[in-house]
Amino acid sequence: MMRRVFALLIVVLFAVVFWRIVGGYQELQALRPLAEHYVVQGPIELGAPNIVTGILITYRGFDTLGEVAVLFMVAASVGLLLKEDSTTAESADQDRPRREAGEIVRTGTQVLLPMILTFGAYVIVNGHLSAGGGFQGGAIVASGVMLMLLARPGATLNVALLSVVESFAGVIYVFIGILGLVLAGGFLDARFLPRGQFGAFFSAGAIPLISALLGVKVGAELSVILDRFRS
Amino acid sequence: MTTGLPVSTILLITGFCLSLIGLWGMLTQRNILRIIIGFAVIDTGLHIVMVATGYITGGTAPIIDSALSKADAARRAIDPIPSALVVTAIVIGLSVTAVMLSFAIRLYAAKKTLSIDAFTESKW
Repeated sequence: MMRRVFALLIVVLFAVVFWRIVGGYQELQALRPLAEHYVVQGPIELGAPNIVTGILITYRGFDTLGEVAVLFMVAASVGLLLKEDSTTAESADQDRPRREAGEIVRTGTQVLLPMILTFGAYVIVNGHLSAGGGFQGGAIVASGVMLMLLARPGATLNVALLSVVESFAGVIYVFIGILGLVLAGGFLDARFLPRGQFGAFFSAGAIPLISALLGVKVGAELSVILDRFRS
Repeated sequence: MTTGLPVSTILLITGFCLSLIGLWGMLTQRNILRIIIGFAVIDTGLHIVMVATGYITGGTAPIIDSALSKADAARRAIDPIPSALVVTAIVIGLSVTAVMLSFAIRLYAAKKTLSIDAFTESKW
């Protein structure tokens, strides 16, 4: 009882803080100076219609690299945490067979899986033109993998191959970053490739390339994480 | 459509309410999985709040196409920076959730229960 009262007190105090924030918040009427620079200069400098992708991959590319590193570390640490009990606790579980997936899931997978993967690829490679990008598309691909694992509980994912693919994507990503340092303005500067025609599929320098690498990397990493949780 | 309240205020209230629900869940639930769900709900609420702070009255998505010309962009596009930051935040939130879930699996393997009351070793 005492604990609930304390919890309620904390929640109410937070509610007061949040209420003051909401009360004092004025909706923006114009862009902040930094945002205005990105919105006005971004399409001209980078040639990417989607300004968010431009920021994510070029202006804040180093952040994105760090984020990918965090994802990599999470995949590694989840593997480490879930590996050891697979020898002891898993052996008891292993005896009884996994329950087969239902008819609806199996049939639905056959229909939906190609569509989900195609949509994921579409979102990845169109990140510089419309809403989307490497992270979003990678997550969609991983959701397709999740569906596949649900439909076929006995299937095994080739984790070693996925790890190799993911590592190569990461290495090429850093390599492109260094190319930007040598050929253009700085680390992860996407402008060393021609900017192309604004709005065309092959445009915006190296942004689509980096986006595709990010998509491959995120998709592979999330699939590995999903597979580790399944065991 | 006019509702009296600005769009960003509605979103701020929604996001903060979600965060409060998540906080309440984290503080009152004793099952580790439910605590993790509470964390995920807090996370989602704060993402909504962050995106809402980038909204500009009458703004649209910052994508230059036939609907939004380059010249128009400075007036009509929303602030793209919070959106870009939220993409990062979502991925980090997912990573933290994944690590917490794997710890939960380990804890379950150690004690065969998910109630946080069973784990008294690290209590002060």
